[in-house]
Amino acid sequence: MNRRSRLHVPRVPARPGEAPDFSYVDLSPAGAVARPDVNARARDISFLAVELVRVLDDNGEALGPWHPHLDVHELQLGLRHMLLTRVFDDRMQRTQRQGRISFYMRSLGEEAVSVAQAMALRPGDMLFPSYRNQGVNIVRGRPLVDLMCQLLSNTRDMCKGRQLPVMYHWVAGNIFSISGNLATQFPQAVGWAMAAAIKGEDHIAASWIGEGSSAEADFHHALLFASVYQAPVILNVVNNQWAISTFQGFAGGEQRSFAARGPGYGIAGIRVDGNDFLAVYAVTQWAAERARTGAGPTLIELVTYRASAHSTSDDPARYRPKDDFDRWPLGDPIARLKQHLIRLGEWSEQRHLALSAELEELVAANWKEAVTYGMLNEGPRLNPDLMFDDVFKELPPHLQRQREQMRAEIAKKD
Amino acid sequence: MPQMNMIQALNSAMDIMLTRDPSVVLMGEDIGYFGGVFRTTEGLQRKHGEHRVLDTPIAEGGIIAAAIGMGVNGLRPVAEIQFADYIYPGFDQIVSELARLRFRTAGDFFAPVTIRTPCGGGIRGGQTHSQSPEGIFTHVCGVKVAMPSNPYDAKGMLIASIEDDDPVLFFEPKRLYNGPFDGDPNKPAVPWSTHPKGEVPDGYYTVPLGKADIVRPGNDLTIVTYGTMTFVAAAAAAAMGLDAEVIDLRSMVPLDVDTICTSVKKTGRCVVAHEATRFSGFGAELVALIQEECFWNLEAPIQRVAGWDTPYPHAFEWEYFPGQARVTTALKAVMESA
Ligand SMILES: Cc1ncc(C[n+]2csc(CCOP(=O)(O)OP(=O)(O)O)c2C)c(N)n1
Repeated sequence: MNRRSRLHVPRVPARPGEAPDFSYVDLSPAGAVARPDVNARARDISFLAVELVRVLDDNGEALGPWHPHLDVHELQLGLRHMLLTRVFDDRMQRTQRQGRISFYMRSLGEEAVSVAQAMALRPGDMLFPSYRNQGVNIVRGRPLVDLMCQLLSNTRDMCKGRQLPVMYHWVAGNIFSISGNLATQFPQAVGWAMAAAIKGEDHIAASWIGEGSSAEADFHHALLFASVYQAPVILNVVNNQWAISTFQGFAGGEQRSFAARGPGYGIAGIRVDGNDFLAVYAVTQWAAERARTGAGPTLIELVTYRASAHSTSDDPARYRPKDDFDRWPLGDPIARLKQHLIRLGEWSEQRHLALSAELEELVAANWKEAVTYGMLNEGPRLNPDLMFDDVFKELPPHLQRQREQMRAEIAKKD
Repeated sequence: MPQMNMIQALNSAMDIMLTRDPSVVLMGEDIGYFGGVFRTTEGLQRKHGEHRVLDTPIAEGGIIAAAIGMGVNGLRPVAEIQFADYIYPGFDQIVSELARLRFRTAGDFFAPVTIRTPCGGGIRGGQTHSQSPEGIFTHVCGVKVAMPSNPYDAKGMLIASIEDDDPVLFFEPKRLYNGPFDGDPNKPAVPWSTHPKGEVPDGYYTVPLGKADIVRPGNDLTIVTYGTMTFVAAAAAAAMGLDAEVIDLRSMVPLDVDTICTSVKKTGRCVVAHEATRFSGFGAELVALIQEECFWNLEAPIQRVAGWDTPYPHAFEWEYFPGQARVTTALKAVMESA
């Protein structure tokens, strides 16, 4: 036989018009994966990077050693936060369609990631999110109107009109600024965690990137520094299968799991059902305890599905089957937690409907307030002078001059 | 002649080069099956195959490094960086490697890589989808830097870039993809089909790098510009009734010094305009050069028009953009000086 080198091109399981195919997703039964001691050495627990930690089974029953045994109020709160995230996303998507905001990105189908993880952390822990982690703001109690004002670039925008919609930050809530440049926050979170260790504080850091972004060098910088200094950090790869049109195989997911990059660097890597609120909570709690007790960093791969378009500028019908999410084997995180609560006798369809209606109203009321502070092209506007602030701490002479020139230009136009 | 917008013209250039030269390969994020977020490579993977049009991981440093390796091994890679704002993870590979490979190996190794990337603002992209970083790269010795302002040039210049044995950074002003833009966002969009430079031959042709285009001949003053500002500056001069000679540089490296200086020596007045930030921008190079070469012909200090020296702000896009008002101020200053 004539053997030759060949160029492999990752396979994409299904394209538009084809039947969705998720046979490539390795699943473990709920409750089946062992839960190692939080102080286990990374080299002894590499099975966690291969298996899939799941707690909720298909009937909504919670099983196995990762069951976090949360009290009912926590579960109901988790459901509320996830539902609010979704209602907020839907409403903001609509306002973009109406031309009120310039751009939006939903987290549909991935709500458990941000919500369960933020709930499993402490308020003093520092979060370095990506653009699809709006749920962390919801959990930390950020007023929705604040998020909306950022989306509107209006007079109450915490970014003073400088960032694209969804690029929030929140100093008081310990949520770092979102960058448009992918993956940059990952090694920064490691540095933050190193500083916490240097200062002898027990706060930890957590960061999120998409599996697509894990291709960037910054991902590898993060793992290396986390490993070398055993930094108290949780590094999350949200494997929602798609990076705009690019399937996860092109980020290296075809040959090995993303979690398996952890053991490669000598840090714990763990693969979890990202649509299972209980499993995500439990795994995050485990990783946080490791970090807080000196057992070092953890890389978590959250297996989920980007049910929505990448952003309001994207049309996924061009590159994947339309009914993909309906066939996604890990289901919908909200439906699964709801099913679990109903099974416990602590929730019902009626209560769910009532909650939805309440949250719709909450979002609508916040929107009503937010637009009174202005919209991109209507109502009160930020002073354009602000453009020159914060480039430096103090305005240097050349920017003072340019600001004068801009004022003259505006005066001329009016 | 066929009408094309800039996206179609660029697509046609790549299609032709993939067909003519088996060593040409395309690579980039979302460019293959999907055809690119601006649809510039639409249909090319289907036509030329998955080994010629590669979807890549999201790793600009990796894309450019791999393109260099391919180039060294006889291919002619055309790498797309999805937005110029995302070129920086590849900065070291461009500055330390791509630009200097020929020099440090005394010509024994080289990598004929073209890096295409959409640049510029005016699409509400905020500070990470609006930058014009071309000036940073003109400061690097060993890469050519080009920016077309219309479909005809875009196609011919991209073919010339791909055929060039030196690396080329090819900036595409995305605000011009679908039509010329005079700087007024409130006017209805004008398609390329209404513009003579939207007439683009179907077949192969080149527009050489290093040859500026006199977009409009004139005698009152010279406007030296490129990219989106070509239209903005010409419109501002026309609105003032000035007989301006408008020069579209097309490429900054190499630079067509002759065309610039011949014009300035004729008119005695000059405005330099680009969308990129002002401080240490490419305009500063132009002003220095014109001053050195044309000092005794100048009737007035040369004026510069540029973006403010701040990141591109989402909410203040049109206060930031160097529109007609900013150009007019510069034109007045250069015409009024005795
Ligand atoms: C450095 C850099 N390169 C490219 C882009 C353009 N871009 C924005 S989002 C995106 C896809 C990211 O996908 P993934 O990391 O999987 O996250 P997801 O959107 O699926 O949540 C790309 C390519 C960017 N923002 N930054």
